[in-house]
Amino acid sequence: MTAPATAAPTELPSYLEAAHGPKSWLLTRDHKRIGILYLVAISVFFVLGGLMAVLIRAELATPQGDMFSSDVYNRLFTMHGILMIFFFLIPSIPAVLGNFLLPVMIGAKDLAFPKLNLTSWYLYMIGGLMTFGSLLTGGIDTGWTFYTPMSTTFAQGQVLVTAVGIFVAGFSSILTGLNFIVTIHRMRAPGMTWFRLPLFVWAHYATSIIQILGTPVVAIAILLVGAERLFHIGVFDPKYGGDPLLFQHLFWFYSHPAVYIMILPAMGVMSELVTAFSRKRVFGYHFVAFSSLFIAVIGFLVWGHHMYVSGQSVVAGAIFSFLTMLVAIPSAVKVFNWTATLYKGSISLQTPMLYALGFIGVFLIGGLTGVMLGTLGIDIHVHDTYFIVAHFHYVMVGSAIMGYLGGLHFWWPKITGRMYDEFWSKVGALLIFVGFNTTFFPQFILGYLGMPRRYHMYPAEFQTWNVLSSAGATILGVGYLIPVIYLLWSLKFGAKAPANPWGAKGLEWQTASPPPVENFATPPVVTEEAYAYETSAPAKEVTVGV
Amino acid sequence: MLPNAPVFPPVSSTLASKVDTLFFFTLGVSVLFSVAIVATIAAFIVRYRRRRADETGQEIKGNTLLLELAWSIVPLGLVMISFFWGASIFFESARPPADAWSFHVYGKQWMWKVEHPEGKREINEFHVPVNQAVKLTMTSEDVIHNFSVPAFRLKMDVLPGRYSTAWFRATKTGTYHIFCDQYCGVDHSKMVGKIHVMEPQDYKRWLVSGTSAGGAVASGEELFVAKACNTCHRPDSSARAPVLDGVFGKKVALVDGRTVTVDESYVRESILSPATKVVQGYQPIMPTFQGQISEEEVVQLIKYIRDLPPAAASGAPVAAPAGGQP
Repeated sequence: MTAPATAAPTELPSYLEAAHGPKSWLLTRDHKRIGILYLVAISVFFVLGGLMAVLIRAELATPQGDMFSSDVYNRLFTMHGILMIFFFLIPSIPAVLGNFLLPVMIGAKDLAFPKLNLTSWYLYMIGGLMTFGSLLTGGIDTGWTFYTPMSTTFAQGQVLVTAVGIFVAGFSSILTGLNFIVTIHRMRAPGMTWFRLPLFVWAHYATSIIQILGTPVVAIAILLVGAERLFHIGVFDPKYGGDPLLFQHLFWFYSHPAVYIMILPAMGVMSELVTAFSRKRVFGYHFVAFSSLFIAVIGFLVWGHHMYVSGQSVVAGAIFSFLTMLVAIPSAVKVFNWTATLYKGSISLQTPMLYALGFIGVFLIGGLTGVMLGTLGIDIHVHDTYFIVAHFHYVMVGSAIMGYLGGLHFWWPKITGRMYDEFWSKVGALLIFVGFNTTFFPQFILGYLGMPRRYHMYPAEFQTWNVLSSAGATILGVGYLIPVIYLLWSLKFGAKAPANPWGAKGLEWQTASPPPVENFATPPVVTEEAYAYETSAPAKEVTVGV
Repeated sequence: MLPNAPVFPPVSSTLASKVDTLFFFTLGVSVLFSVAIVATIAAFIVRYRRRRADETGQEIKGNTLLLELAWSIVPLGLVMISFFWGASIFFESARPPADAWSFHVYGKQWMWKVEHPEGKREINEFHVPVNQAVKLTMTSEDVIHNFSVPAFRLKMDVLPGRYSTAWFRATKTGTYHIFCDQYCGVDHSKMVGKIHVMEPQDYKRWLVSGTSAGGAVASGEELFVAKACNTCHRPDSSARAPVLDGVFGKKVALVDGRTVTVDESYVRESILSPATKVVQGYQPIMPTFQGQISEEEVVQLIKYIRDLPPAAASGAPVAAPAGGQP
C-alpha cells in the first residue's frame, strides 16, 4: 500500500455506507459496527434500568410503601442493579467506545479477533435477554449482590435464569478483554510504541486485565449459587455445612475490581478530553498510564473492605483497610495530573469538556467518600446505609457515566459523521450535573443519619432528604432525555462532521469521519508521541495572549 | 432548615463521639482538597481560556518528578492517618470490656429477639441501662441480618451458623432506632426496633415488671436433662464424655493436636457438629443435634455450661443430675 501518495480518503466508502441491510450489521466483523451494536443494546438496558430507578425514587418520596408491595420494590432495586451494572456500566465504555476506537487509535484495521468480537456481542445479548426474560417472568429479589444463604435457600423468583444470564454475559466481558490485550500487544502501527499510546488505550489495557482475571471468579460464584439452589451441595448455607461468608469473598473478589472496570475506561476518556480541550500534552503521561495499572493490580487486593462488619476477622479488616488506602493514591495522582494539564493550556469549554469537568467534580466527592468508607472506624457506622448508596452512585453513575457521555460527545462526529446541537448539548450536560448532585448528595446525609439501604419503608424523619433526592432524580431523568433527542436528531439533520472537528491529536482524527471499513486510506506510520500539541501544531508561532 | 429534617444523628454511646471526630477530620481534609482543586481548575479555565481558534497550549519544561512525588506522598500520609485512627477505633469496638453485661440477640426473618442476662426476653424492643457496657452475642435463625443502632454508631452482621459479637456503652437516656442493615428478604424494611436507654434504677424496675415476650424457652438446666446431655457429660455418667464443670473459658487439647478455647462458638459447634473438634482422649461418639434444637435453646445450654462451677467445688463424686424439675 505504498502507491499513490495522494490517495484521496474521500473515495473510500465509510464503514456505514460499505454495506446495507440487517445482515450487514448482525453478521459484521467490523469492530466499528460491533461498537454500534453494543451502543444500541446498552442504551436499551440503560433506559430499562433508568425507568426502574424512577419508580424506586417515586416510591421513596414518602415513608410508607404506597406504590408497590415490599416484594415488588425489592425486585425493582435488584433488577435496577443487575441491569445497570452487568448490562450497562461494565460494557459501556469498553464495548462501545473501546471497540470502536481502540484499533483506530493504535492504527490497526480491526481488533485481533474480529469473529470473537462478534461472538462477545452475541453472548452479551443472550445473557441480557435471559436476564430480561427473568424480569418478565417475575424477576428476583436477592439484590444484585446475591448474598447467601438468602439467594441459595430463601429467595423466591428466577434466581437460576438470572444467574445463568450473568454467567453468559460474563464471557462476553472476558473475551472482549482478551481481544483488547492481544490487539494492543500485536496490532500497533509502525512507530506506535508503548509510550506513544493514548492514555485511553492504557486504561483499556488495565481494564482488560481485570476483566480476564476477575470475571471467571464471579462466574464460578454465581454458578455455585445455582448449584446450591438445585442440589443443596453445602458450599454456602450453614444448614448444609457451608460458609455464607465464602460467597462474599468470591463475589467481592470480582465485584470490587468491577468498579474499576467501570471507572478506569472513564479515566481513559478523561485524559483524552482534558488534553484535546486544552490542546496540551497530558501532564505526567507515565504517572497517569501506570496509575491505571497500579489500580488494576491493587484493586484485586481490597475486596474485603466490603466485609468489615460481616464477621470477617478484625485483622483481615485492618489489612484490607490499609490496601484500600493505597488504591486511593493513583486516583488522586490522576486528578492532580489532569488539573496540571490545564495549566498554560488553551482551554475551550465545548460539551465534551463540560462533561470532563463534571467528572472531576463528582469523582472528587465519590473518591474522597471512598476513603471515608475504607476507614474502619467510619465504615462501622455508614456501612450498608444510604451513605454507601450515594458513594457508589457518585463513582459508578456520576463519574463513569460522565466519562461515557463525555466520550460519546467527543467521538460522536467520528462515529456518525454528524455534529450535534451545541446549545442543547450544553443544556443537557448542565442538567445532568445538577440533577445528579441533587439526587445523590442528600443520600450522604441520610446515610450518616443511619437510613439503611434497600428499605422499602423508612422512618418519617428521613422524608425531607428523600423528597429532595427524588426531585433531583426528576431533573436527572430530563437531563438524560435531552441527549437522546438531539443525538438521534443529529443522525438525520446534523451538520456533516469534518475529520477533526476539535483540532485534536490522535490517529482517529486523521482519518475520515466516519472512517472507512479498514479505518485508514493508507496504513499510518506514527512519528510522534500522543498529545504532541505544542511541538507539532501549525499554530506554533502564535503568540499567546498571556 | 426544615424542622423535620435532621442533619446529624444523636450521639449516644462512647463509640459515637469517637467515630464522629474521625469523620469530621476526614470530611475537613476532603473539603479542603476539593475546594483547592476546584478553585485551581476554575482559575486555569479563566486564565488560559482559548482566545484564538488555532491556539495551542504552551509546553511546560523542566523536571516534574518532584511535583509528582509530592502529590503522591502528601495524600498517602493523610490517608495513613485515617487508616491508623480508624483501625484503633475499630479494634476498640471489637473488644468488649471485662465488666460488660452479656445479652443475646437473635435475628430472624423479620424480627429481633433479645435476651437479657437475667433471662428476660423482648421482641423488637431492647431495654438497657445507661453507662453500662453491654455485650451482644448474636446469631441468625435463617439468612444474614445486621444489627445496627445509628445513635451508637454500632453495626454488626448477624449470621446463621455462627456467633458474632458487638458491644456498646450508652451515654444518654432516650429511645433510638434499631435497623436491620443487611438486606434479608421481603420485609427487610420492617425488621426494625427500638432501643430504650434507661437510668439503672429504672432498668431494674423494668426488669422485674411485666412479662417476658417471645414465648417460654426451657432453661439450660432443663434442656441438659431433656436432651440427655447428662447421661454422658456428668462425672457419674456411664458413657465416656468430657465433664463440663468449670471448663468454660479454659483451653482444651483436641485429638488432632490443636488447642481450642471453650467459648460460646465452640460449645455451639460441639452441640451441632460434635465430630468436628473432639477433645483429646475421647471418641467422636456424640450424635449431632443439628435440626433438633433451636438457636435459643443452644444459647440456654451454653449459659448453663458456662455457669457450671468447677468440678472440685461442686464435689466430684455422685453429683446428682441437676435438679428435679418436671
